[in-house]
This record gives sequence, C-alpha cells and structure tokens, in this order.
Amino acid sequence: MRRFLRPGHDPVRERLKRDLFQFNKTVEHGFPHQPSALGYSPFLRLMAIGTRSGAIKLYGAPGVEFMGLHEENNTVMQIHFIPDQCQLVTLLDDNSLHLWSLKQHGGASELREEHRFTLKGPPGSPPSATQVTAVLPHSSREVLYLGTESGNIFVVELPSFRVLEDRTITPEAVLQRIPEDNCNRRSCELVEALREHPKNPDQILIGYSRGLIVLWDLQNNKATHHFLGSQQLENLYWQRDGSKFISCHYDGSYTQWPVSSDNRQPEPLENTVPYGPFPCKAISKIYWQTTKNGLPYIIFQGGMPRASYGDRHSISVIHGSQQTAFDFTSRVIDFFIIFSSDPATEFDDPSALVVLAEEELVVIDLKSAGWPAVHPPYLASLHCSAITCSHHVSNIPLKLWERIISAGSKQNIHYSSMPWPIDGGTNIAPDPPQRDLLLTGHEDGTVRFWDASGVCLHLLYKLSTVRVFLTDADPNDNMNTLGEDEWPPLRKVGTFDPYSDDPRLGIQKIYLCKYSGYLAVAGTAGQVLVMELNDEDAEHMVDHAEADLLQDQEGYRWKGHEKLKTRDGPVRFEAGFQPFVLVQCQPPAVVTSLALHSEWKLVAFGTSHGFGLFDHQQKRLVFVKCTLHPSDQLALEGPLSRVKSLKKSLRQSFRRIRRSRVSSRKRRGGSGNASEVQEANAKFDQDALQEMELAPVQRKIEARSAEDSFTGFVRTLYFADTFLRDSSRHCPSLWAGTNGGTVYAFCLRVPPAERRMDEPVRAEQAKEIQLMHRAPVVGILVLDGRSTPLPEPLEVAHDLSKSPDMQGSHQLLVVSEEQFKVFTLPKVSSKLKLKLTALEGCRVRKVTVANFGSCKTDDYSENDLAVLTNLGDIQIISLPFLKLQIRYPCIRKEDVSGIASCVFTKYGQGFYLISPSEFERFSLSTKWLVEPRCIVDMPEVTSNNHVHNKSGTENAARKSRGPGKSPGDCGEDERKSGRLMEHALLNDEKVLKEIQSTLEGGR
Amino acid sequence: EFRRFSLERSKPGKFEEFYGLLQHVHKIPNVDVLVGYTDIHGDLLPINNDDNYHKAVSTANPLLRIFIQRKEDADYSAFGTDTMMRKKNVLSNVLRPDNHKKKPHIVISMPQDFRPVSSIIDVDILPETHRRVRLYKYGTDKPLGFYIRDGSSVRVTPHGLEKVPGIFISRLVPGGLAQSTGLLAVNDEVLEVNGIEVSGKSLDQVTDMMIANSRNLIITVRPANQRNNVVRNSRTSGSSGQSTESSLPSSTPNMLGNVLQGEEESDEEDIIIEDSGEPQQIPKAAPTSESIESLSQIELLHESSQNGFLPSSEMNLNHSAGSISMEYEGPEPGRKSLEEDGTIITL
Repeated sequence: MRRFLRPGHDPVRERLKRDLFQFNKTVEHGFPHQPSALGYSPFLRLMAIGTRSGAIKLYGAPGVEFMGLHEENNTVMQIHFIPDQCQLVTLLDDNSLHLWSLKQHGGASELREEHRFTLKGPPGSPPSATQVTAVLPHSSREVLYLGTESGNIFVVELPSFRVLEDRTITPEAVLQRIPEDNCNRRSCELVEALREHPKNPDQILIGYSRGLIVLWDLQNNKATHHFLGSQQLENLYWQRDGSKFISCHYDGSYTQWPVSSDNRQPEPLENTVPYGPFPCKAISKIYWQTTKNGLPYIIFQGGMPRASYGDRHSISVIHGSQQTAFDFTSRVIDFFIIFSSDPATEFDDPSALVVLAEEELVVIDLKSAGWPAVHPPYLASLHCSAITCSHHVSNIPLKLWERIISAGSKQNIHYSSMPWPIDGGTNIAPDPPQRDLLLTGHEDGTVRFWDASGVCLHLLYKLSTVRVFLTDADPNDNMNTLGEDEWPPLRKVGTFDPYSDDPRLGIQKIYLCKYSGYLAVAGTAGQVLVMELNDEDAEHMVDHAEADLLQDQEGYRWKGHEKLKTRDGPVRFEAGFQPFVLVQCQPPAVVTSLALHSEWKLVAFGTSHGFGLFDHQQKRLVFVKCTLHPSDQLALEGPLSRVKSLKKSLRQSFRRIRRSRVSSRKRRGGSGNASEVQEANAKFDQDALQEMELAPVQRKIEARSAEDSFTGFVRTLYFADTFLRDSSRHCPSLWAGTNGGTVYAFCLRVPPAERRMDEPVRAEQAKEIQLMHRAPVVGILVLDGRSTPLPEPLEVAHDLSKSPDMQGSHQLLVVSEEQFKVFTLPKVSSKLKLKLTALEGCRVRKVTVANFGSCKTDDYSENDLAVLTNLGDIQIISLPFLKLQIRYPCIRKEDVSGIASCVFTKYGQGFYLISPSEFERFSLSTKWLVEPRCIVDMPEVTSNNHVHNKSGTENAARKSRGPGKSPGDCGEDERKSGRLMEHALLNDEKVLKEIQSTLEGGR
Repeated sequence: EFRRFSLERSKPGKFEEFYGLLQHVHKIPNVDVLVGYTDIHGDLLPINNDDNYHKAVSTANPLLRIFIQRKEDADYSAFGTDTMMRKKNVLSNVLRPDNHKKKPHIVISMPQDFRPVSSIIDVDILPETHRRVRLYKYGTDKPLGFYIRDGSSVRVTPHGLEKVPGIFISRLVPGGLAQSTGLLAVNDEVLEVNGIEVSGKSLDQVTDMMIANSRNLIITVRPANQRNNVVRNSRTSGSSGQSTESSLPSSTPNMLGNVLQGEEESDEEDIIIEDSGEPQQIPKAAPTSESIESLSQIELLHESSQNGFLPSSEMNLNHSAGSISMEYEGPEPGRKSLEEDGTIITL
C-alpha cells in the first residue's frame, strides 16, 4: 500500500501516462453467440443479426459493423428493416418492439435505439391478444402492421408507435364474406405471415396459422380474396409481379396460388411435397425467385422426410432440374436471398443465398455453376472446433504474410470467386497500422491463422497437424462427394464441426518466428512439432524423437492417455507449414510451455514432469530435466485421477437431485391433507437448508510447501543471450520457471554457424533459484544494460531492433503469480520487488512486455508490463522499476474462461473470448486502436424507385447525404454498448457454464 | 563432580565469559551444558544470559551453588519455582535423572531455544474488541491450520445497524499453529490481513492474501468471544468497541506500517544455487538493507546434479530454528552425504 502511495504524484509522469495509456474495448471478432434473428435491407445492403442476449449487430461491406444492445437483454425474435430507411424494428421475446436507427454523428454512423413500445390490449384481454407473431413494415414507412396470436392485426404509426385503433384488422372483419362452413372464428387464430403486394401497396396478404390466407385491401378495409388452405400455414411469399404467391406448410408441402380479379376464392395452382411421399417436416420459409430464362428458383427451409432425415438442418434450392439440399451442422436460424432489387428489372435473378445457422454464417453463390460457398470476410466461426489456445504475432514481415496468404488461397479453391454480396456502408477507418496475425489452436489439432490487423478477423490459412499421426478417423471419410442418385440431394456446407476425433490432438501452445517462418506447435499428448513454411506440396519423413522427462525413474505410473501413434514412412503435406520434427514427451502429458529460438535452431518444451531442449538442426535431444517432486502423485498419474473425482462429484449431485425429486413427489402425493403437505414442505426446506449449512464454502489457509501438487509443472520457458556465469562473457541460456516457484537456468553452448552440424549443442545447469513464496513462475525476462527487454531472436539480424546493450549489467525479471522480482546478473542478488497478492489479493494470470507509444510525440515509446490478474483487472507496470502505472477493470472475475483466453499483443492491445465463438478486442494504448469506423449513406432514390417487393409509388423526400466527414470522437457510445453487450452475455449463467465447461475440457 | 572456585562479586562480567570459565573449570570445552543455580528460596533457576547471571551473583549468600547439566540429557523440568520444595533433594534430581524414569516429562527447551510462535500486537492502538495476532509460520513445520468462510456481521454505520458481508474463521485444524496459539477461534471475524482491510474483498482474494503472507501472517480479528479481551486502564470508559470501529481503518494502516517495515525485508529470502553448488540466500543488491532477522530459517529442498535426477540423493533439511547454531558446530550425517553429491547446504 505504501508503495503505491508514496512515490508517484510526479505531474510530468502523470501527463505522460495520459499520453501513453488508455483503455478501450474496441470490437468483437467472430460469430455472435446464440444468434436468434436475421434481417436484411436490400436498400442499405446491410444485414442484421439479433442474439438471445438482446444484442443486435449490423454488418455491411468488410469493416462496416454496428452493435446495439437491448437493455432488457431479451432474445431478439425478429428484425425488420423499414423500407428505404436507415431504420429497423426489432421484436423481443417479451413482446416489446424497438426502433433503431443509424445516424451520422461526428463523421461516422452510429446505431441508436430511438423508441420502444409494447402493444397493449384492452383491459382484461388475454395476453395472447397482443402477442405479436408477425411484423410488416409497410412500404409507406409510416405504419407497421402487427399480426398477433389472437388473429387481430394492429396498425401502429412510425416512428411514434401510436396505435391506430380504427385501422385494426379484426378476424370478424376478415370473416365477413366467407361462407360459414369453410371458416369459423378459429380459422383466424394466430397471424402467421403478413406480406405486402409487390406492386400495390394497398393490398396485404394475411396468412393465418390454420391455413386461411386473405388478401386485404387497406383502402376499402375489406378482404378481396380468400384462399382456403387445408394445411397448417408456415409462411408466404409473393411472386415478383404480384400475380401469384406461394405458401408453405407444416406437412412439408408448398402451394402456389393465383391472384386475379375475377376469382375471389381461387383454387391452388399446384401443391407439391418436394420430399414426399412419406411424412415430411414443415417447410418454415420459402422464396420464389423469377429468372430471365423462365425457370424459377424455389428456395425453402426444412421439408425433409421426417423419419430418415428429420434431424437435418437443411435449406433446399430447386432450379429446374437442379436440386440441392444444403445440409448445415447446426440449426438454421433464418435465411434470405440477395436478388436484384432494382425495380426497373423484371426478374429477381437471385445472386446469393445467405443462411444464418446457430454456429455460422454460410453464403451460397447461386450464379456460379455448382452453387459454391462464398468465403465470408467476417463473422468467422472461431469455434468450428473449440479454441484451446491462442498466440499473437505483431508486425508480420510482408514476405511471410504473402506466403501465408498464398498457402491459404490454395486451400480456398473450392470457394466461389464472387465478391462479398453484402456490401452496404463505407469503411472510413484508417488502414491498419501493421500486419498482425492471431493464431488459434483448436481441439481437433488444427491451427488457424487469422488476419487480426483490422476490424474484420479473417481466416488466412488453416494448418492441420493430424496428418502426422495415425488416428482412428480416416481423413478421406467425410469428403463432400455428392452421389448422383442420392435422395434427398444433401450437400454438407459450412465449417462448424465441434466433434474432435481424438482429444489428444488438441493444440496447447504455439510459437511462430515471424522472421524465419519456423513454427512450433505443441499439444495435449506431449507432442511438439517444429514446422517450416514451404510454398509447394511435399512428401517427406518427419523426424521423430522421444523425450523421457522422468528419465527412467522407477515406480511411476502414468494413468493418463497414451501418446499419439505416428505414421511410418513419408507423409504428403500441402503447401504451407510442414512439420519436419516431432518430439513426443514421455509421459505424454499436456505440453504446458514452449519456446523456440530460430537463430540457435532450438526448441524447448515443458510439461508437468519437466522440460527438455531439442536441437532441430541436428535433430537431437540436447537434454531433459525432471522437475517433479517425488511425492507428487497427482502429476505422476496424469489427469485420470482428477477425472475420477469429477465423476464422483457428478454422481453425488445426481443423487442429490434424485433425492429432491423423490421428496417433491412425496409432497405432491400427499393426498389432500394440507397440513401434511405443509409439513412435508417444511421438512424438505429444512433438509435443503441443512444440506447447505453442512457444506459452507470455506478455504484452507496454508503456506505452500515443496510437497504441494504440481510444483514441477513447467509454466514458462525463455531463451536469452545474457551473462549467466560471469560478467565478462555472455552466452546463450535457457530459463525455465515452475509452478513451485523454482527458476532453472541452463548455460547453452551453441556451435558457430560453420560448425553447427558438426558439434553438438551442450547445456549445463548454471543456476537454480527457489522463490521462497513458492508461487508459480509465470514469466521470465532478461533486461539488457539499458533495462530494455532483450530482443526476439533474429530481430536484430533483420534490423528491426537495436542490438541489446551487452556492456552494462543485465537484470533478470521473474514474475510469479504473486510478485514481480528483479535480480542482478550474473551474480543473483535481489534488487527490486513488487508484491501483488500480499497487498491486493489478486494473482497474475497473464503477463507480457508491451511497447507503448505516445499519442503526442512520435519519438517517445517505452516498454512496460501488461498484466492480467485473476480478478480480470489489467495493470500496467513500469520497467525496470516495477511501479504500478494504471489499472483498468477488463473482464468480470467470474469469467474464468475469458481470463484464461486472454492474449496480449506487443503493442498494448489484446484479445479474450467473450463466448466460445467471439473474441473481444481491447486496447491499452492511445496509439494503437483498431475499431470500426464506418458510414452508411442513404442511397439516392429516384422518383420511380421501388425496392424489392415494395410498391414503386413511393417518392418521399430523402435526407441528403450526411454532413461532411470530420474525424471526431465517435467510438465512445459504441464502446459503451460493447461493454454492455459483453455484460449481457456473461450474465447468462448458462453461457458462463458452457464456456467454462469447454474450457475445462480444453485443459 | 564438584568444583569450587571464586568470583569477584562486584565485577561478575558477562555470561559468556562465565560460561567459558565453567567449561574450563570442568574441562569440558566442547560440551554444551545447561547452567542453573539455587536461589534463596531453594528454587533451581537457570543461568543463560547476562541478566539472570548478574541476578544470581548478586543474590549469592555468600555461596552461589551452581548446577551444570549436559544439554543432551538435561532435565528441564528441574527448573522452576518450588522445585526445591517439591523435590526434597534437588541434587538427587539433577544428578540422578534415571530416578524419574517412571513419569516422562514434557521436554521444554531453554528460553534461548524458544522462538516466537504467535503474539498479540498493537494492543495499544486497537479497539478493545479487536485483536491483532501475528503467526510466525517461519521456521516451523506446523501447518497454519485454519479455514476461512464467508459470512455476515452487523456494523454500526451512519445509517444505523447494517448487515455487511465479512470473512470468518470457520475451522481450526487440531494441532495447527492457529489452534495452538489459542488466540484465534472459530467464528472470529477477520478484519485485516497484514494491515490491509478485507472488506470488499472476496473469500478467494482474502485466501490468496493470507497465503501470500503466510510466512509472517498478521491478522486482525474481532473475536467471537469478547470476554477475554485485553482491558486497558488508559481507555476511557463508555467508548464501546463498536463505536470506535469507524475510526479504526483510518488510523491503523500507518501504525501497522511500522510493524511491517521490519518484516518486509526478512519475510522471505529466495535461494540461489550456482553451478549446482551451494544454495545461498539471495543477497540484497542494495547494501543499505537491514540485517537479516536472527531467527530466519530456511527450508530448502534441493534436487541435485545437472545430469540426472536421483531421488535418493534428495535431502530435506528441516531444522528447527533454535538449533541452527548448535547443529552446525558438530558433524552432521545429512551434510556429509550431500557433500558427496557436490552439493552443500548452508544457511
């Protein structure tokens, strides 16, 4: 405490701090968690996605993104854009309607909630009377038609949400001219669909759930046509010219109906069950798109044969003789078609099918033969396989960048070349300052390379380590082969595939050297792969070595998983990163730390048993060091023993549930005797209370000892060229820090380049430091004579860093979970320390050196430590004096997975998972901010304009283009809403649990 | 064996000199002994520092009868008040210790072998309702041995009585340090950890703070049992503990700061092993640092040798604090084997 109060109020430093540090949450990358609704404006060419936590996100051209959050945090049920406006209406599951608009402010557009409204019926009416089931924003933009469960259609004025009671369309009015024997009051229960006539805005089509469809004349307030459907209605769609419409039904059929002035009660033209004759599932939505060649596209969701394919999530496209049922791995939320919205054209000519599934967005190019998928520039499914780790590399050299992109483009040949069809708005954010890569490791043994430079997190390249190993699953198993005769013509689309064949393949640590293109990847079963970037396909052997970290000690039994089996003989690798060395740790425990030195050609790896050093040039194991305490049975036996205890606790909780069920059943069974019931009730409550009291949450207070479990767990590895033995000669060294607070330093002798292949690399233990507080060591760093952290390998060789000061004395910084300590080198004496846990009760979870530049002057920058604590706070601590600079609350402390997933960049930004599929990006720097900044202009509308299926008689005055673009402070509100949104997500206990469980599974 | 010699009563000198003299007189230069004398009441009292030596000399009447025992087989119970009365012949007790084989005594070591285990501190600055307890984990194998839990307590606030969340001691492990001190009890409310208030902190945070401070843990509690509080005369009556509570937090951190200052440098000394050589405490780089507390003791587990991991060569040297100086005088079996491994452990 004194430490923080005493020094510090230096006004110069305080001012500098303001120029250096600033905390912002800037953008959410990835795919929204639990999407629930989809909307599209052909006018703005923007797509909107609503989520179960009440968030709404708008996407247009790459980089154009908006976020909003409903205060209620309720599920968004429907999204409707107001025709030809920068406005949209959302319906939540609490039956409230919200009007949002995009307004320009300070040179950029912002999404704001304007109004909210809940439909209220007359006093005493049942809630179903006003439960909104269908929303139709009329093309006049003045009113909204709200179909309800009661069959009433209410008309509300926009934007005030005033109910125009005299215009309400009641079932009674609808039924007026219908023969009684066909319809009764019940036919008009629940409005399923409302559609405006594409040519005549005075007519709307009303579809009721029981099959009755009515064409209503708004001018005369009467029904002009009645269509008597026999099947339960799901949805309706007008043909472009308004002469026909199509209805789809619960039994998996769709029906075409003619609309003509002579027949007021026409018979259906055609009734089809596309996947009959056996019972089929409902078709919940249908599109009918006309084309120049006359063959329409019929696109519908569902309709699969109930018995054999009832579990598929499909969308079928029928075009003449072509028919494909796109098969999604997760539930389809909604879809829309992008087609020609220019009123001058006669046909729809659909170009793309956009499908929002529960876990991903899939866009199908309908113009190219074979209907290939389009590679989305955003909304990437980060979690196609669960993320197990991430690694960020800043400022990638152009050469490497291009090679990775080229390797990735070879993987993407099956994608359509169509430009991204959702292209509304303009991205006005400055170009990203540098090329950044975010690498995510996944449970299925893949590493994905993301372009993390800007607002759109975009997949560049995907690397799979599976080929090196022999697994049960044949990789050629699930090819997308489309059998000619197969029926239904299912075709798998999308990338979301959460099922891992073998959990041992999971990636745990990644290290990429951006200068040499060497990549080291380590996984769950103790496998360490070293790879090299190759621009061509190649078939070669992978050198294989085993590192026995226990060194043949007797009496140890590994009860965990077996090591992965390797393939014999050469393996074919596609262009990109190709493994050439595989080291397998024995016992095959999870690799917990990894370091690669591309200049010395060494890779170091650690597990809960010890660590080793491998020379990947000579392909020789240099040494291994066991860090295990002999009494540490838990580490020895592997993860199995813990699994057992989990099983046990599960069993107990089930038992508890069963017990409570039994007692509640008893309660219910207790005949009519009220007092008896009461008694039982009271007893039950008492029991429950007692159970709670029996196990209060308590924490043991005990000093750490050398005998604690997992003290040997290697937490961090670090290569440094420093003064280890004496102050006159520096040498390569390897540092390792363990969970028990021990730091090992090994002096390395790496032969000079010309004899690199002839002489072996030698290592000798030079130092061992035992921190007396025994907290886990999470970071080791050497500071040079100028107190600057040593540069990365090859950084100096590439002229990207000053060479380190080898004259002055070096210092060693050891970061444990509890303290920061600076020691002198080569003679280790303690110089400085900063206690964190003893004073604040928080622990270090992540720590990185970050470079902070001043936003005022270009020539000032400094290195500080960016620290994330277990309470979710971010602290910036100065180097080398270890003074706390600033502290920001960032992640909720309950969000364990968010904290565990956090990764910092070298320039003071960071990422963490807010859901299994979304990274939140934040910035600590005033200088490096990546956030969306975009503008949505109202397209100029000509007098004859009509859009989509709306009438062309509209011609309202349009707002002129927005005011001049002046750079200003626009992000503030969005940032706020971003924070809110995250809050909403994490408030959801289920979400939290889910995240936690995936995380625990990953560990 | 009896010796008789004379001393200058007016200039007794130091205890060390006297101790040397005794060893010289008895020709036992390398044997550790306990020194005692009979006072005027016939009690056998120890002589082990300057003060009680001077006292002994000054009370000699005129003969000072001194008893010397080998430390190894010393009968500590011989010392104390009324020893002479109770046991008729002190000599028989002292010289023939096998007399009381039948009732083994609890061995209580000499004060010089004592080290603090716990203490109540800052009594003068704390309200009577509070107790600040210092637990010296340093140098003992005893576990701290207590658990904490969440709970709620009633506080006096400007808005009246309010229920606020608090941290409480939930369990004491039998035989643990916390229990053996008798200063902490179940349901005591924890108010501060090493001078830092716990209010507003979560159970896990407080746990982490306590563990981080476990080598020198100072916890301020409000005992559940308020009957054993220290009553100070200086305190004006009428100021109840609760009413002073609000003033406490503002005043204590400064006061405690002084207490912690001394601890700061000595609470932990990391250990360095150079080239698999001798483990040493890591010195302070700044020469101005304070001297290391004399009672510091290091538990060290050293896994030796750079080439291999040999569990059999591992030594767990675990000394009790008071015996440090003694044990290093003589040959020690453990040390020898370590030397063979090229590893020496010193302190």
